[in-house]
This record gives sequence, structure tokens and C-alpha cells, in this order.
Amino acid sequence: MEIIPLGDSALIVRVREQFEDAPEKTLDEVLRTLQQLRNAAIPGVIEVAPAYTTVALFFDPVAVAKARETPGDVFDWLAEKIRSAIASGSAFHRRRSAAAAPRLIEIPVCYDAEFGLDLDRVGEHTKLSAGEVVDLHSTAEYRVACIGFVPGFPFLTGLPKTLATPRRATPRKEIPPGSVGIGGAQTGIYPLRSPGGWNLIGQTPLKLFDPTKNPPALLCAGDRVRFRAITREVFEASKQGGASR
Amino acid sequence: MIITRAGFLTSVQDLGRSGYREFGVSSGGALDSFALRVANLLVGNDENAAGLEITLGGLRLRFDEEQIVAWCGGEVDVHLGSMALPAGHAALLPAGEELKFSQPQIGCRCWLAVSGGIDVPLVLGSRSTDLRAQFGGFEGRTLRDGDELVLGKSRRSPAFAKATADKQTAATKSISSWTAQHDWVSPAKRNPILRFVRGCDWDRSNTSMLQRFTSETFAVSLDSDRMGVRFDSPELKRQDNVDLTSEAVAPGTIQIPPSGKPILLLGDCQTIGGYPKIAHVITVDLGIAAQLRAGDQVRLSEVSLVDAHRLLLEREQQLELFRIGLSLHTS
Repeated sequence: MEIIPLGDSALIVRVREQFEDAPEKTLDEVLRTLQQLRNAAIPGVIEVAPAYTTVALFFDPVAVAKARETPGDVFDWLAEKIRSAIASGSAFHRRRSAAAAPRLIEIPVCYDAEFGLDLDRVGEHTKLSAGEVVDLHSTAEYRVACIGFVPGFPFLTGLPKTLATPRRATPRKEIPPGSVGIGGAQTGIYPLRSPGGWNLIGQTPLKLFDPTKNPPALLCAGDRVRFRAITREVFEASKQGGASR
Repeated sequence: MIITRAGFLTSVQDLGRSGYREFGVSSGGALDSFALRVANLLVGNDENAAGLEITLGGLRLRFDEEQIVAWCGGEVDVHLGSMALPAGHAALLPAGEELKFSQPQIGCRCWLAVSGGIDVPLVLGSRSTDLRAQFGGFEGRTLRDGDELVLGKSRRSPAFAKATADKQTAATKSISSWTAQHDWVSPAKRNPILRFVRGCDWDRSNTSMLQRFTSETFAVSLDSDRMGVRFDSPELKRQDNVDLTSEAVAPGTIQIPPSGKPILLLGDCQTIGGYPKIAHVITVDLGIAAQLRAGDQVRLSEVSLVDAHRLLLEREQQLELFRIGLSLHTS
């Protein structure tokens, strides 16, 4: 584990070097570290957030300087608190056998050609038919590695290797909210109207980000996710029914 | 508050959002949070009260009732009726009188505080407008001509108004004589130097690139916004274009994308990114960064992390003295 400054008001706790060689294990370790840092309630810490192999910790240097018992370096003091939080947290974790199991969330997706603008492109690259692409995509189980890019955008790990398709050379200027895409070895869902270069294969009627709700995002890091193919009729009905969550 | 002319890009901002970064929500808020804090203190508000961030000027507004206003930021001519209102002074704006912001001569943005603050709903704990995700602030968008904004209750308005109008002379009627220090209220500079601390990819960069990073002049691109300042030059191309695993970025982070053209992230930046992070502009200089506009020339100068924290703590101590001084004026 490494603790590296991210400017003067944030730092990164790097839990592992690599993600791809052991995604599940890495994700669990990152989430455990996240929880340990939350439980530690270190003075001056504003928030913590995970991403693949790291946990970022944002702090107020002024509050940290006030909280530390003896004068000294702000970063060193924080790093020491973080190390001891993780060390004592690990001992605690070993005593407890079962960690809380992650949620499983099902995302209905309409894979019709109207939404799956790049199904043919993915098919060509993977040498699969559109139907095979949809079957593979909707039978695999995924996990949310982290949320980012735009509010509520889940980066999902677990895409079947055969479906990996390079991003489009020219990104689309505007992608409708709910669009499901494949970008390289990853899959994800665009929560907001935004530009993007991923290959679009379908669309969900669910709202992935709603700032009036708390939490504002449908998914969070660690969640298990499955996609379920739905028809155009079901898509329309759930959209009208305001299938927010 | 009635917006007669919204100007180029004006939005409601407070000190930003925290606690939702894990859901991809940026901190946002006034790009120079210190300038907004000072302006708020000048009008008797909480430091976190919502004000307006005015980009490239052009804003005109008026109130139905008299209000105390103050602004900080770029070098802008601000007029209250026919009177000039300098940065960092509190002024009593009579009902119906127009407050006008011209285009900045130097810098890019300024922040206006109004007694009571702008009373838009709290969304995820903040009144800031998230322009990219279109929520918060006033209807999740930039202001338009004719918008009417509600103000919060001003806490100690009568006493403060009296103190503000004290010591008035004919020429400076209703404008306070006292002010905050110059670099707080007018942080914009021609050809500024931004101080930075090393980023985690500094050591992975080759020496000639690092040498160029600290010796060359950076030219601000047209393609800059609240998410970040982009630079047309220098081009710092990397030999090893390895794909890094995405991890957190923060306002102040300087990234080097494959094009080699550096990007300095500002308040609306995304929460995670995969480009190499070569350096981070220190917090006390983010206000200078918020003033950069297309064509500006910038240089970078390294400081230690310990010095970055010392500078920040010193500024906070000075602000504490300023708060005490203000309370003497207003009590």
C-alpha cells in the first residue's frame, strides 16, 4: 500500500498496483480500505472515494493542522493516521468472518437496433451476430468498479473478453441518457446526455442519476449488476411509468 | 434580484459540493472559492452563501429593495449607477439602481456577493450550479436575461448597512472605505506564475520534459471552461504512452493527455481520470488559475508540499484577522 499526495488537499491510497489481473479481489480490498477510512473518521477529512486500485481522500489542510496533537507536517500526520486506521481495521476484519454481501442490481435493457447503433460494429469486430452479442452481454454478471466520468456513470468490470471492442475513432457529440455501451474491455451506462466514444448496444429506461435522491446514483462501487433484455414495448411502458429506480 | 442582462456566462455558485465524489459528482462551486468567501464576509454573509460567478462580464442586475453588495475577481469596471465600485468594497445598492459589470481588462471571472445570499434550493448539500449535469443553482443552468432570483434573509442588514455607509464622503457615497487586501480581491495578473507541487507521474516523466515544464511559457487555449484550462503549448509528448488505471483527479491537477497539450483541471472537473498527473497547482493559487483566459501566458514554479500547506495556513490566519477586523466595523 502506498499513500501519495494528490496536490495539497487530497491524497491517494493505492491499495494494489494492478486491477485487471485480479478484479474481484482488488475491488474487495479497495472497498474494505474505503470502509476502514470512513470508520476511522480522521479529523479534517472531507470525503473518500474509490476508483479501481485506489481510494482518494480529500481533506482540509487547515482543519488537519488544527486537529493534529503536535506541530508537524500535515501530510505525514494524515498518512500515519491512515496507516493505523487500515492496520486496526484489518485486525477487526479478520475477527469478523462474513463481510456484507454486495447488492445485485438488475438493469433492463432494450437492445433494439434503434438504440444499439453500434451493434453491427461490435458484431463485425467480435465476429459474432448481433443476437450473440446481446446474449453474451445480458448473461454475464458484472461489478461496478467505480463511478465517474459524469455523475452516476458506472464503470463495469466483467465484460466477456470476446465482446471487447475498441472505442469509436470519432466520439459521438451527443449520446442519449440510459445508453449502454462497450468501450474496450469495459461496459457502462451513460446517465446523462453527453458526448462519448463507446460503442452503443442498447438503452435502459432506468434513471442512473437523480440529484433529487440520496444517494443520487442508482449504482455504487462494488454492486453486482446483470442486464436483462427487454422488448421495445416494455421499455416504453417502464419509461412512461417513471421507472426511476 | 432581477437579471437585466445575463452576460456571457453567469451562474449561481457557493463553495461547492462534497460527499458525492464516489457517485461522480464534482466539487464545483466558485472557481476562486477564496474570492467568494471574502466577498461574502464583506456583505455580512456566511462565507458559504451563494453568490454569482460572472465569466467575461456583461452582467447587469438590480434589486427591488436596497441591498449590500461586494465583488472580488478579475480587473473589471463595475458601476453602480454612475459610480465606480472597486473590487473588495461593500456598497449599498439602492432599490432599482443598476449594477453593471463590463468585460474584464485582465482576468476572466468575478464573484458577486449579495447580503442574504442567493436563495436557490440546496441540491446534494450545495447551491452551486453543476453546468455539465444540469442541476443545482438556478434551474441547473446559466442565468438568462430576465431571470428573477430570490435572496435569503440578510442576517444583520440594518447595522451593517449603517456601518457600510459610515465615513461616507460625497464621492464615495454608500461605498465602504475599508476593504480587504489587494491580492485577495484582485487576484488576476498579467502573465502569472502558478506554483505547483509534483504529481504522482512526475518521476515517470523524462528529464527534458520536466525541464520544459518549468521553463516554458504555457499558452491558454480557447477551448477552456469551468472543467479545465487547456493549453495550446507546450506540447509535452510522452515516449511511453502507457494506459494508466483511472484514479482520482482534483481541481489544480495538471494532466498530460496523449496530444501532449497540458490540461489544468478546475472546479467542474470530472472526479476520476486516466491521463498522467504531472503536477498540481497549489490551493492558494487556484484563484489565479480561475482568471486564465484564451491567449494568456503562464509559467509554472515548483514548491514543496510543506510550503503549499504553510502558505494556505498563513492565508487562513490572515483571513481570521480580517474577520475580526470586520466584526469591529459592523458591531
